[in-house]
Amino acid sequence: MTPEHNLSYKAAFNLIIKRDLTIAFRHRDDIINPLLFFIIVVTLFPLGIGPESTTLSRIAPGIIWVAALLSTLLSLDRLFKSDHDDGSLEQMMLSPHPIFILVIAKITAHWLVTGLPLIFIAPLLAVLLHLNENSYSALMLTLLLGTPTLSLLGAIGVALTVGIKKGGVLLSLLVLPLYIPVLIFATSAIDTAAMNLPYSGQLAIIAALFFGSLTLAPFAVSAALKVSTN
Amino acid sequence: MTILANSLNIQSSNNQVLLSANGLTCIREDRVLFEALNFSVFSGNIIQVEGPNGSGKTSLLRILAGLSQPYDGTVLFREQNITEQSDEFHQNLLYIGHLPGVKGEITAQENLEFTLALHGNDVSTAEETLEKVNLLGFENALASHLSAGQHRRISLARLWQSTAPIWILDEPFTAIDKRGVEKLEQLFLAHAQRGGCVILTTHQDLSFPEDKVKKITLDYRFY
Repeated sequence: MTPEHNLSYKAAFNLIIKRDLTIAFRHRDDIINPLLFFIIVVTLFPLGIGPESTTLSRIAPGIIWVAALLSTLLSLDRLFKSDHDDGSLEQMMLSPHPIFILVIAKITAHWLVTGLPLIFIAPLLAVLLHLNENSYSALMLTLLLGTPTLSLLGAIGVALTVGIKKGGVLLSLLVLPLYIPVLIFATSAIDTAAMNLPYSGQLAIIAALFFGSLTLAPFAVSAALKVSTN
Repeated sequence: MTILANSLNIQSSNNQVLLSANGLTCIREDRVLFEALNFSVFSGNIIQVEGPNGSGKTSLLRILAGLSQPYDGTVLFREQNITEQSDEFHQNLLYIGHLPGVKGEITAQENLEFTLALHGNDVSTAEETLEKVNLLGFENALASHLSAGQHRRISLARLWQSTAPIWILDEPFTAIDKRGVEKLEQLFLAHAQRGGCVILTTHQDLSFPEDKVKKITLDYRFY
């Protein structure tokens, strides 16, 4: 008996993305909950602080980024948890593809479902917060580079805690310190842009964080998943 | 003790060794489940791992599949350690554990097509395969609306399409009705005759002729 092998890495990648997106669209909570959380947090701030435009525009970058960060954190659990609980993670790890491919595909799907909608809705919410008009491009660019970084870094924490019954708090403790550099440089870039100064330095650092985690995080996630399913 | 299993050489005529366990030791929660377990699985073998609950059957199967690491010892596939050739080994392996790996949000057919495609099997006949496990008419039903037995059937449907020679099945008959068990047993026999091997755990008595099935008995150990 000789087994056939007719699935390229690209096909395997697409297969997993397609399945995860199908599941997300059938089970819309996965898309709506993080987005709703993001909108609620951002809209509550003007109500709590008052409608003064100078105060709001000063704190707008921080509010949007903290809300985006927390909403990603909220959605992280779904990355591997349900697959682990119903046994499909095991099956994926036993498939004849490197776990690297599966991990990259799962994280990409997670970002498409939870990160991308934030980027679309963020400029609208920025209007509510009187964000300085020079800052919009910086906001979009930092979110575009930053949210996938959050998904990649978060995946490491999820992979480590997926075998634990109640790993929620542990997950936050593990992941938050990794998120802080992204938060600092992203808000700093937006603030600098508001002052009409070049923010390419901060952006370069976020880009470095993104590419660094894109290349390294999948290896860490693969290793962590092997430990968690052991 | 695991004496029955120790140095058990399950040799059939003219067959090659597919999988061999080399001094496997497994320790869970400070308890030795089995120690220095040696056996070889030849093509054409059907092997039933027996033992009371907690004796380490699932642990043994997970170690053989490469999902868990043994405390000591190695698993060899075609005389090479499985950890050194995991992609190659996974192409030759079909493992179905306790959990069926079925997603409630997608339909029975989508579930089967995904697992088939993931393992590089032919997807085009997924519908006929569902018919073979008596799920005709449920192809487009969301898996969350199906019963536990039907979930198990979706995951077992892969067996009909599999080209992998090594089948490792943990309690495959759970939640399956009598007629289904018979069908599966026939499938196992046919698979063994084609030169594959089946390693399974079950608490049911298999209806195979005595000479067809070999047993590995794990005893519950208190230390």
